[in-house]
Amino acid sequence: MSELKNVKGRKVLVHDMALRDGMHAKREQISTAQMIEVATKLDDAGVPLIQVAHGGGLGGNSLQHGFAMHSNEEYWDAVIPKMKQAKVSVLLIPGLGTMKELQSAYDHGVRSVHVATHCTEADTSPQHIAYARKLGMDTTGFLMMAHLNDPKGLATQGKLMESYGAQTIYITDSAGYMLPSDVVARVRALREVLNPETEIGFHGHHNLGMGIANSIAAIEEGASRIDASVGGLGAGAGNTPLEVFVAVCDRMGIETNCDLFKLMDLTQDVIFPMMDHIVRVDRSSLTLGFAGVYSTFLLHADRAGKKYGLPTRDILVELGRKKMIGGQEDMIEDTALTMAKERGLLKA
Amino acid sequence: MKKIKCAIIGPGNIGTDLIYKLKRSPVLEPVWMVGIDPTSEGLVRARDMGLKTTSEGVDGLLPHVLADEVQIAFDATSAYVHKSNSDKLNALGVLMVDLTPAAIGGLCVPPVNLETHAKAQAMNVNMISCAGQATIPMVNAVSRIQSVGYAEIIATVSSKSIGPGTRANLDEFTYTTSNAVCAVGGARTGKALVIINPADPPMIMRNTIYCLTDEEPDQERIRASVLEMVKEVQKYVPGYRLVNGPVFDGKKVATFMEVAGLGDYLPTYAGNLDIMTAAAARTAEMFATEILAGRYQLKPVKEAA
Repeated sequence: MSELKNVKGRKVLVHDMALRDGMHAKREQISTAQMIEVATKLDDAGVPLIQVAHGGGLGGNSLQHGFAMHSNEEYWDAVIPKMKQAKVSVLLIPGLGTMKELQSAYDHGVRSVHVATHCTEADTSPQHIAYARKLGMDTTGFLMMAHLNDPKGLATQGKLMESYGAQTIYITDSAGYMLPSDVVARVRALREVLNPETEIGFHGHHNLGMGIANSIAAIEEGASRIDASVGGLGAGAGNTPLEVFVAVCDRMGIETNCDLFKLMDLTQDVIFPMMDHIVRVDRSSLTLGFAGVYSTFLLHADRAGKKYGLPTRDILVELGRKKMIGGQEDMIEDTALTMAKERGLLKA
Repeated sequence: MKKIKCAIIGPGNIGTDLIYKLKRSPVLEPVWMVGIDPTSEGLVRARDMGLKTTSEGVDGLLPHVLADEVQIAFDATSAYVHKSNSDKLNALGVLMVDLTPAAIGGLCVPPVNLETHAKAQAMNVNMISCAGQATIPMVNAVSRIQSVGYAEIIATVSSKSIGPGTRANLDEFTYTTSNAVCAVGGARTGKALVIINPADPPMIMRNTIYCLTDEEPDQERIRASVLEMVKEVQKYVPGYRLVNGPVFDGKKVATFMEVAGLGDYLPTYAGNLDIMTAAAARTAEMFATEILAGRYQLKPVKEAA
């Protein structure tokens, strides 16, 4: 594998997450005007793939995950006609989103999809992956909370998704828990079992400050797709910050075909002023990365902590201990209620 | 006392657990297990438990229906083959209890509407899904007090308790459950979410039920109604428990439940399996009691074209 370490001249497809994962950091409150502004500037900066949806993707609008300002269809109809070169993508988590919603996404112009399951449950995705391929969409199998499966196990799950039709398999570090050596081991294990034409991707969260380092480690080992968010706008401490990633790639000779200065300007002039809180490594998001907890739980745990008089960190650590996974946001209030009773803050 | 003889189609997790439930029933007796794979462990298990088996699908059962007096069949296969199974058995006058998400018959949640189905003398009733059985009683507990504009249910089940059929057809599970949250639960609109958690040791089935009431919720009456409904479900699933709530936040009513099983086929964490099989058994028992009392006439149904 040593010849892969020379990354000079390698092409990487970057996929921006700010208008989907970033919805979590905005409590799903991004206006269509903001969507259009960010997406057109990403398009202008040469970013080839832009994910646009509710933070939970298809079917995300719910009491569990919050209601966005607009439906996914309204966001797509606002953004997609304005794209000059970028393709718009979406997230589909089986159990939350369905094929009916995938059909609607396609009808509204979405051409790429991350079909996401927990890292051990790939076999809940065959009908969705097959349907996306039937529609002719660029189809990714997206293995979330990838730190919770060992490299061999993750490779088996990736191979399953490939067998359903996925063209790219993603290692998704939803908790921002992984270190470069963890990423390397998983990319290597996937590369060994996947067909040569199947691509490998990495989706990072910056909770331990490792977003860039992990993405580069993935590329060195053979990954060719990287998810990142302009300005780092994403759940937890945010995703791998796109503009930083592009700058590092530029220094290393990795080709992203993105315009660094345009991305810097977008970050400084548009994304930072949009943030309701500074998306960065702080006490709570660092806890996510340290304890291996799903990044999206952050703001929900903050709310429950305030409501029941508990430290957010205590709730997050307890959720990690109970092995809660993505999608179990209802268990945050439930856990806080139980903790509050145990601590005598609430009547049992 | 005479018992009504039953066939089970589908020797997977649900079908196998159902054998245990039926064997304990005072009015039901499992006599046949139907599979499609002669080497399946499920058929071997069923034989060991004293059932006759066939590996030739429902067609392998049909010649024995009359001789063996099979009057009720449980379908624990998949939504795609259910209609064909149901048509063939209905044509012989066998009542079908459907545990797939096919939902071609009336949707049944015992404490909410079982009596209605029994009075209607249905020949096919659908048990919705484990998530539906675990959550719809709670939606109904709120909607019978005041109108619910929207209900949302989140079911989390352990990875080990979910078989390949459900996994490969998750959308059908979601659609059928969402629909039943409205049709049986009584909400005007509804949504169902399902999460499969692989934690080891496996986590117990958890369910969260959110209801948005049209007017300010009457907290006292809703709390009483929820507690009463929990007791109703406990009559056939003793491990059905309220963990937290109801919590009131504006017009949102949140109830947090867990379901422990009896530990028949799978260990107690798999409450999702139990609530499905126990609800199906309870439904069949109600019909069986009516049949034995001569109040329920099973009539052959002409096969649909």
